[in-house]
Order: sequence, then structure tokens, then C-alpha cells
Amino acid sequence: MFGDYSLGDLGAIFAMQGFAGLILFSVYVLMALGLAIIFGQMGVINMAHGEFMILGAYVTYLCSGFFQSNLPALFPGYFFVAMVLAFLAAGALGMLVEWALIRHLYKRPLDTLLATWGLSLILQQAYRSIFGAREVGVELPSWLIGSVQVTDAIEIPINGMFVMAVTVLITVAVALLLFASRWGRQVRAVMQNRVMAGAVGIDTDRVDRATFGIGCGIAGIAGAAFTMIGSTGPTSGQLYIVDTFLIVVFGGAASLLGTIASAFSISQTQSTLEFFLSGSTAKVLTLLGVVAILMLRPQGLFTLKVRR
Amino acid sequence: MSAALLPGASPNDKDFLLAVEGLTVSFDGFKAVNDVSFYVDPDEIRVIIGPNGAGKTTVLDLICGRTKATSGSIKYRGQELTRLSESAIVQAGVGRKFQTPSIYDDLTVFENLEISFPRGRTVLGALTFKRDAEVRDRIHAIAEMIFLKDHLDARAEFLSHGQKQWLEIGMLLIQDPELLMLDEPVAGMSVAERKKTAELLHQIIKGRSVLVIEHDMKFVEDIAHRVTVLHQGRVLSEGSMERVKNDPKVVEVYLGH
Amino acid sequence: MKLPTLNDNPFMKPMEWVSLLLLAGLILVLLPLALDSFRLNLVGKYLTYAFVALGLVICWGYCGILSLGQGVFFGLGGYCMAMYLKLEASSVENTRIQSTPGIPDFMDWNQVTALPWFWKPFHSLPLTLIAVVAVPTLFAFVIGAAMFKRRVGGTYFAIITQAIAAILTILIVGQQGYTGGINGITDLRTLNGWDIRTDAAKTILYFVNGGLLIACILVAQAVKRSKLGRILVAMRDKEDRVRFSGYAVASFKIFAFCLAAAFAAVGGAMFTLQVGFMSPSFVGIVPSIEMVIYTAVGGRLSLFGAVYGTLLVNWAKTSFSESFPELWLFGLGALFIAVVLAFPNGLAGIWRQHVEPRLSRKPKSPALPAVLPHGAPAE
Repeated sequence: MFGDYSLGDLGAIFAMQGFAGLILFSVYVLMALGLAIIFGQMGVINMAHGEFMILGAYVTYLCSGFFQSNLPALFPGYFFVAMVLAFLAAGALGMLVEWALIRHLYKRPLDTLLATWGLSLILQQAYRSIFGAREVGVELPSWLIGSVQVTDAIEIPINGMFVMAVTVLITVAVALLLFASRWGRQVRAVMQNRVMAGAVGIDTDRVDRATFGIGCGIAGIAGAAFTMIGSTGPTSGQLYIVDTFLIVVFGGAASLLGTIASAFSISQTQSTLEFFLSGSTAKVLTLLGVVAILMLRPQGLFTLKVRR
Repeated sequence: MSAALLPGASPNDKDFLLAVEGLTVSFDGFKAVNDVSFYVDPDEIRVIIGPNGAGKTTVLDLICGRTKATSGSIKYRGQELTRLSESAIVQAGVGRKFQTPSIYDDLTVFENLEISFPRGRTVLGALTFKRDAEVRDRIHAIAEMIFLKDHLDARAEFLSHGQKQWLEIGMLLIQDPELLMLDEPVAGMSVAERKKTAELLHQIIKGRSVLVIEHDMKFVEDIAHRVTVLHQGRVLSEGSMERVKNDPKVVEVYLGH
Repeated sequence: MKLPTLNDNPFMKPMEWVSLLLLAGLILVLLPLALDSFRLNLVGKYLTYAFVALGLVICWGYCGILSLGQGVFFGLGGYCMAMYLKLEASSVENTRIQSTPGIPDFMDWNQVTALPWFWKPFHSLPLTLIAVVAVPTLFAFVIGAAMFKRRVGGTYFAIITQAIAAILTILIVGQQGYTGGINGITDLRTLNGWDIRTDAAKTILYFVNGGLLIACILVAQAVKRSKLGRILVAMRDKEDRVRFSGYAVASFKIFAFCLAAAFAAVGGAMFTLQVGFMSPSFVGIVPSIEMVIYTAVGGRLSLFGAVYGTLLVNWAKTSFSESFPELWLFGLGALFIAVVLAFPNGLAGIWRQHVEPRLSRKPKSPALPAVLPHGAPAE
């Protein structure tokens, strides 16, 4: 399959595809981070995670419209406001869902899966009723449009770089939150020994709710970032849910580093294969590879902890 | 047979029902069981004692295949167990009772016993399994022994804690293992239940080898032929109860801190 | 001495015989009399999903393994049947206008010039009938062996099966020239010369389908009341204890998963015959998880409940989608949540709790695992 390309061409192709892979990687990481916190730390399968992401995307879409018509002067910076609002909206909805639904099902992980699937259907239909079935896109501020010419053959879009910068920022924030904050210590304490954590005075119910909320909030930010590179429809979230779950499982549920490594390898494999094969074959081969590896090594790339 | 106790003697596996040699398991570098060796004769009642965290339960887990050994060997009638699957180890004749009663809450007492009946253990065998007179008679006999004759149709969920322990002992009994491993069989029982259980254990240990973990020293003294003391994953002392009790190393561990 | 458990294990209890007769009466007598041939065909289509729901009762309800990829097996069974029918419809005379006559039309459109090797066995009806059951079952065996031997279960298994459903869908859609792509395999006409498109044929197929469903219920019942059925329940409860009673736990899980796959495959083949086409939209994630809700609504431990649950949900789907399409997804979503939170035993649970006690005065024996204990089929 390399026959028709010269060596220089191949280099440029790998660089470009590599960069396309990096953007995919960013969205995957942002999606997977929230999921890894919820699934890895709490053992809860949230099938509606994609819909929380899309909520963030719609919030961004509304923001872009609002700034455009009411505060055009501030439009170049609207995205930062949108990101915060997306986090708050998705996080608040997440906490509500945890309170109404998830907390009753902690001992029945499979049932959680079904219930959150039901939630995802409801959210999808709600989006469809409110925003219509058509996909919507946001208006990018001018500074995000265009690309940087690196060499003759390689150019890198600015919005892609921006998304990646956001991803790095969020990842660092999550790592700090999880490993250096009081909340992070509490989360890890509760997940390791729920009874003991309760006995030493940690309000485990509150920790659960906050964890779920933060996981969903990060999904909201993922949605905001997603609008930079694609348009949003009611079912856009569902397209990503299987990939994201595979990433989290492949990375070894509770490991932050594993999640990032696995998102990287999956997105790179897929986007590189995509250039040479059809998109669907690339996807099939990538997913098949992941499933095959998971069958041989169920614990994923890194060690795995499951709530018992 | 006493050769096992002589240091340096190389034991012939065939003489022992169970020969554990150099058994070691480490979890992330922590050696929960460290170079443990001991030998169990046919029909011997062996009790393993030791403070919490000494590795007693881990030793049983290793023998029945629940945990895989890092190194060392476990020979049961000359057959290496460390390479067998859990179900194959059971089929070879090793039975195990867990610390907390492990029975099937959703099934009746009768069905609990029936599942443990050593026949029809393959998929096809289980599909074609017939509840014939042999099965029924045996279940009734066992139920009588474990004081549950009148509860055969009750869902196991509704039994008392002591009754659940008896049911699990019954489930082991119906397997008729040659080596029976019991993890704290009288823990958490009322005084009356404890007495009945001791009686029951006395009955069932006849004609087989038994490996027991127990804290109740009176009970241990009562049944043990020999005692192995574990401490921090190693064998600290071994021999008759009398000898072990007077071993200064054991006294140190139990009373020293 | 009183032997209370001497004859306690009949094939079915009187109440279950009544349920079976009622169900058979409904499917084989009442519905055919009451419905016109269009509606009857629609019910026939619903009933093909009931095969899947039935398999899930054994696999999920009894064994505690939730597969989110049952559409894969439904689809494979359906595709096997569709491949045979398509080849029969693509005889050289019928396809004279193609550039390569004698191969399915979609292959011709996609510049495929020779029949691929894996299509060739489907010239033969006996081989096809074997493949309908064997291919999905073997596939389930491979997945099950890989997963269960490594003690993968619970949510991990659910996610992996879901991924497999996604992969197969993408594969079928992508390989248009070999599979018919997103449209699936359409324009099916005859089965061994017998036109399946006529109303008379559809009625006959409806009864064949109903008969097969009853047969599968009886097979499932035989499994459920055998010792294997009780071992499945025991495994769901205390897997380790079963292992230490000398059973190779993985083999029993593989069996339950394969049985569910085989049922789903029969349903898929009957779907193709009755509806006249097969497409990837019955394979993927969404249909697969929807099939789980049929079982959940009927009651995950009830074989009869699975059939009623399937009929009810599909009837609701059809009537809602006709009049208020936008409400249907809200309703379906709410159903998923309600059945998990409020009615974990589904229709069968409601029946047992509220209807049955009024029908029979006898106090119910507590022996049956009829009602799901809180939190039972976890991992």
C-alpha cells in the first residue's frame, strides 16, 4: 500500500495524519477522562456520557449565538465562557442524575448500564426536540481560523492546536485534582474502602455525587472542544461512546496514564490506517485489534481496579 | 512418618497425602507466604494457627488453587496441584470451606446439597443429571447429620448463621473429599451452635485428612493431631499441641507484644 | 420417614403448563384469528425478537451475563438465511441484464465479478440451515471461551460484546460488495422454489415461527429445570463456591452464552424469511440493547415474560411511532429507567406479586428463585 508514494510524501502523510490523529486523540482523551473517573473510580458505567458531552457542545453553540448577537465585541473570547458554562451545565445535570438514578444502583452495575442507556435516549430526544434533528455548527472567532504552514506539504490548523492545548490543560487539572487535592484523596479513599472512609468521617454520598458531577462536567468540556472540529447533532455523542469505553478499558480502567496512552495509540492507529484504507476498514481493524488485545489481556494496558 | 519432622530428611511424596514444599507467594513484592513446607499424613487432623495476617488463609487458597503460587510445590498424593485448575483440584479430592458461609442463597437446602453431589460436573453431565434414589438418599443422610433434615425445602437465604455454616460443611461432606480444608469453622457461632459444630466436625473428620484454621484454642487442643504455627508467612513451629505451646518462639509471638 | 422432595422436580409446574397453553393459544390461535395478514406478519416479526429475549433470560437472568451484542447473533442467523435466498433469487435467468449474471445484484453494482468463497456454501439449503445455527453459535463460543476462561464478566463483558456489535455493523456497511452494505440483502423471493412473498406463505411462516418459538421455550425450560439451570443460578450468586464444588465455571457460562446465541440466530433466520430482507440495522448497538429491554420488561427470570415483554414493547413502539414519533424515545428511555429502578422483575414480577396470589389460595413455596433478590445478578 506504500507503493505509490515517495519517501518524502510518506513522511508528510504520516505527519499530517499524525496531526489529524492528535485532534482525534484530544477529543478521545477529554471524553475518556470523564469516563475514566466515573468508571475507574466508581465502577459505574455511564452510557449517557456521550450525551453529557453533546450537552457541552450545545451550550457552546448557544454561547456562540448569544455573543454574536449581543456582545459582538467579546466574541473572540466567547469560547472560554462557553467552556466554563459547559462544565457547569453538564456537571449539574450529572449531579442531578447521580442523585435521582445512579445512587440507587451502585450494587447493580449492569442495571446502571441499562438505566443510563435509557437516560441517553431521553437526552437525545430532548436535544432533537429543542435544537432540531439537523447538526449545528458554531461560528469560530477569526483567530481560530486558518493554519500554520510548517513545510510545503505540512500545514497545521489553528483550531486543532487550540483543542490540543485545551486537552493538555484539562488533563493536568484532572491529575492535580485527583492526586493533590483533598477531594482527590477522598475519592481514592472511598473507592478503596467505602466503609472505612465513611467511618473516618468522609461523607461518601457527597464524594460520589461530586465525582460523578466532575466526570460529567469534563465530558461537557469535551463537548465544547468538539465544536471546534465538528458539527453537533442529537446523536453525535452515541458515535463516540463505544470507542471511549474501549479506550478506558484498554488503558486499564483506573489508570489516568493508561487512559491517555490508550487514547493515543487507538487514535493514531486509526487515523494512520484511514489514509491508506477506507475509513470503515481502518475503524474495524483498530477496534478489532483492541478487542483482540483485551481478550488476551483483560486487565488492559495498565492495572485495573474494580469496585467490589 | 515422623521423617517429615526431621530436618534435612528428604521426604518421599508418596507417603504423604499432602506435601507442601517451599511454597511462596508474593503480592507486589510482599511475601504473604514465604518458603512454607509441611506434610500431612492420611487421616491426620492438622490445625494451622497463627496471629492475624500470618498467611493461614492464603495457604489454603494456594492449595485449592484460588491463588497461584509464585514458587514451590504442592503435591497431593504425588500429583502437583499448582498447575491444576480449581475444579480439577476439587475433582482430585480436595474440599474447601470458606471463612464466611458460602452457600447459594437463591436455592433450597436440598438444591445446595445436590449441586455439591460429585456427579454430573460437566455441562453435558449437568444437563442429563437425574435426581435418583442414590442422590436423594445421600442428601437426606447428610441433611440429618448437619441438623437440617427439616429444612430441606427452605431457601438457604432464610437459614441462621450457624445453619448456613452447617450447610456448607454438609456441601463439603457430600463431595466426600479425602482432604478437607476448613477455615475457622466455628467462628461467629453461638455457644450452643459451637458445641453442635464441634460434635459434627468430630464425626466428619473420621476417615479423611483435615486441614483446619482455627483460633479457638480449646477446640484446637480437642481435635488436633499436630499443629503448624505460621507467623509473618513462615512456619514458626510445628508438632503436637503440647510441644507447640511450650515453644518459646510461639510464646514470644503470641504474648510478646 | 417423610421425603418431602421426592417428586418436586416435574418438567413444569401446573401453573407453568397453564402459562404455556395460554401463550400457545394466543400465538397460534387467537392472534391468527383476530388479525389481518399484514398485522399478523408484523406480530410474526416481533416474535422473532422474542427468540433473542428468551436467550437473554437464560444468559442474563439466570447466569448473570449481560450481552449487549445479541444483535450480532440475530444478524448472523438472518444473514445466513438471506444469503441462501439471495442466491436463489440471483439465478442466471433472473440476472441476465447484469454484467456478471448469476451473482447477487449488489455485487454486480460494486464491480464484484465472481461469487466470494464464503457465499458458495449458501447454494445448498441443508448447509444453510446448519450454518444459520452453527455460525452464530461458533462465534459465541469463540467470544465466550476467550472471555470467560480469563474470568472477564460483568460490565467488561457487556462493553466488549457491544464493541463487537459495533465492529460487525461497520464491517457489513463497509464491505458493500460482499454484504449489500447499509441496505442489507434485499429483494428475496423464494425458498427452494416456494414464493415467500405471498400472503399464504407469510401465514405459514408465521405458524412455523410460532411453533419454533414454543419449541425454544421448551428447550429453555428443560435447561432451566435441569441441574445445569440451578448451577447457573448458583454461579450468579457465589461463583467461587461453584468452582470449589468441582465445576469448571467457564464452560457453563460458555454454554449459556452459546444457547442464547443459537436462539437469537433462529430468530434472525425467521426474521429474514418473514420480512423478506436483512440489514445491518438489526445487528448494531442500538437494536442489541433494545432486545435487552424486551427481556427486562417481561421479567429477566421468566421465559414466558420474555415473549410478552417483546410483544408489548414492540406493540408500543409501533403504535407510538405511528402517532407520536417524538414521544417514543422518551417513552423507551423512561422504560429502561423504570424497569431497572422500580420493576426489576418486570411483568412476571408484577404478575407473581399481585395476580398469582389471588388466583391460587395456596401459599407460594419459598423454594423458587422466582423473585430477584436485591442486587443479585451483579458480577
